Amino acid sequence: MKVGLFIPCYMDQFYPQAAIATYKLLLKLGCDVEYPEGQTCCGQPLANAGNEAASRGSYLHFVTMFEKYDYIVAPSGSCVYHVRHHFDTLDQTDAVKKVRAKTLDLTEFLLDVLQISSLPAKYPHKVGLHQSCHGLRGLHLATSSELVNKPAASKLHELLSMVEGLTLVELDRKDECCGFGGTFSVKEPAISVKMGKDRIRDHFSKGAEVITAGDMSCLMHLEGIISRQNIPIKVIHIAEILNSDEI
Amino acid sequence: MMPHAQKAAIFNKDEARTDWHDASLWMVRKKRDFAVSEIPEWEFLREFASDIKMHTLSKLDDYLEAFEKAAIQNGAIVHWAADAKEHNDIVLSILNKHQAKKMVKSKSMLTEECHLNEFLELHEIEVIDSDLGERIIQMLNEPPSHIVLPAIHLKKEEIGELFHRELHTEKGATDPQYLTEAARHHLREKFHTAQVALTGVNFGIAETGEVVVCTNEGNADMGVHLTPVQIHSMGIEKLIPRRSDLAVFTRLLARSATGQPVTVFTSHHRNPKPAGEMHIILVDNGRTEQLGKPDFRSSLKCIRCGACMNTCPIYRRSGGHSYETTIPGPIGSILTPGIDLKKHGQLPFASTLCGSCTDVCPVKIDIHTQLYKWRQIVSEAGLPEAGNKTMMSIMGNGLASPSFFHRLGNIGRKLLRLFPGKERFLSFTVWTKDRDLPKAPVESFREWYAKQAKDAQ
Repeated sequence: MKVGLFIPCYMDQFYPQAAIATYKLLLKLGCDVEYPEGQTCCGQPLANAGNEAASRGSYLHFVTMFEKYDYIVAPSGSCVYHVRHHFDTLDQTDAVKKVRAKTLDLTEFLLDVLQISSLPAKYPHKVGLHQSCHGLRGLHLATSSELVNKPAASKLHELLSMVEGLTLVELDRKDECCGFGGTFSVKEPAISVKMGKDRIRDHFSKGAEVITAGDMSCLMHLEGIISRQNIPIKVIHIAEILNSDEI
Repeated sequence: MMPHAQKAAIFNKDEARTDWHDASLWMVRKKRDFAVSEIPEWEFLREFASDIKMHTLSKLDDYLEAFEKAAIQNGAIVHWAADAKEHNDIVLSILNKHQAKKMVKSKSMLTEECHLNEFLELHEIEVIDSDLGERIIQMLNEPPSHIVLPAIHLKKEEIGELFHRELHTEKGATDPQYLTEAARHHLREKFHTAQVALTGVNFGIAETGEVVVCTNEGNADMGVHLTPVQIHSMGIEKLIPRRSDLAVFTRLLARSATGQPVTVFTSHHRNPKPAGEMHIILVDNGRTEQLGKPDFRSSLKCIRCGACMNTCPIYRRSGGHSYETTIPGPIGSILTPGIDLKKHGQLPFASTLCGSCTDVCPVKIDIHTQLYKWRQIVSEAGLPEAGNKTMMSIMGNGLASPSFFHRLGNIGRKLLRLFPGKERFLSFTVWTKDRDLPKAPVESFREWYAKQAKDAQ
């Protein structure tokens, strides 16, 4: 089984440690993983801003880069959602269909494909879990709080429960959006920042030392506010926790 | 028109009030969560309701004719209005026919959409909104900020002050029961002297020709029972095929709206009173055009519960007035661009696309997907909300080119390394007004990976 690793553009430049953790974790779990160096972007930033047509080139490039892999794994529910859901505007060739079906978020790959039930990870900290929206409601990595009647499940919770020493804090609002929203964060800065502040307060007031999530973009936005306001809380991608043996 | 972002920024200047508004609506969302958790078949009901609505919309012309036929048989007079103007003219003609100068109205978002009050006031008709929340905002000369809770943006102190001014209640009174009692007495007089009553319609039943109105205050019934002439204004998408389908919707509506198992009153109006007149106005006003758009057709399933507003983190922190539409919030942002793209084209961008609206919607409208699709249309139309098209196209080509892409990323990161803490002076001002940029690392993942690969050789 050959795994192609997709690293979102902003993670490549600004959060290499989360990307490295993803790569090392997959190696540790015995995957034959490769990072195709010609990769660019899933095209979401332009498409969400209303310019899907302009993203077409990057969609096709993504397919070309990754069609040879059995699975394409990314530490980002958001990019994965974009590939799976919004590449529907391309001609549905066999390659496109395959890439859309086989592109998975790291957490679903670990649980649904590798079917792991334990991890050699240790992270003795109080952690608040932020459910990133595209992973949550787009990929159904967890049951959203609106769908109250389904048996509640959460892939991120399941994985974090495998980590030794980790304590999850209970939030008032377990899956409210952080306010990033890509283009929204600069189009509507007032609400974007307010939403972020409210999320941070929820985590911080419950004693979380660290906020984690499946998407670094949410965390980048929260970190920007945390840093500006000097709040003693950190952000860390879930891959870094799952790959950590001790900090 | 002021952009939503600007209105939202103004709303957020009073952070304590934003928190209060957010908390009030979040409480409604939590009540809804509790109410629906009591229904094991909730998800099935949503699917069922969605199917009934999609079926009805697919044969809307047939059902409308069936409805009209049955309503006429019941003794009602049925009118067809292509747009708001026709609707308002019909209402005025009914009032004129009866030489009526006073009309009571129960909450009707459709008449808000048609701006009926302003129109009738120009013709010297006194219109009294009889729903408490609607009456409050009518006194203030404001539009509703929410479709179910029209005065949710006001604090009880503000209402006390308003009632002191308008209804001569005690100064400084804030007790909701006292204030409501004052409004009751005030409205009672209006009910007794009105000659015509107009209600909105929650559901029209094609099989029986009756209209169903759901209220908590009984004001719609009070109006209809006390006046000889009743008018029901109904959007054509309100139809359901049979009376037996209704229970699916009444189970969903109040639970989604306020967390109640059912509204206090679910009134069926079928026949005119003896010696009375019953009018039903079927209003299109852009609905058939929306029906003709495959990507947006399903937005007409909406039963106006307001759950998408209560759950929307943006609505809760910007208030209904920031949208400048009759129907604010997520559902309004997919209904209104079709009416006036230039005016409302910015609204699909007032969302993070978090999808909470879609999951909360009792009739399963994929609201956030439609927001995304409207963005594409706004862009195709060349409106500024979607950014400069040429620029976007250049960016698009760049994102498809590895060499351009890598160079751009590296330049960005290195610039940030050169100017640590100075990023506020770079061109990231919107981001950095209240947020810092990430700290740029020495090497990118790509560079790290390349070294790894080299070392392994």
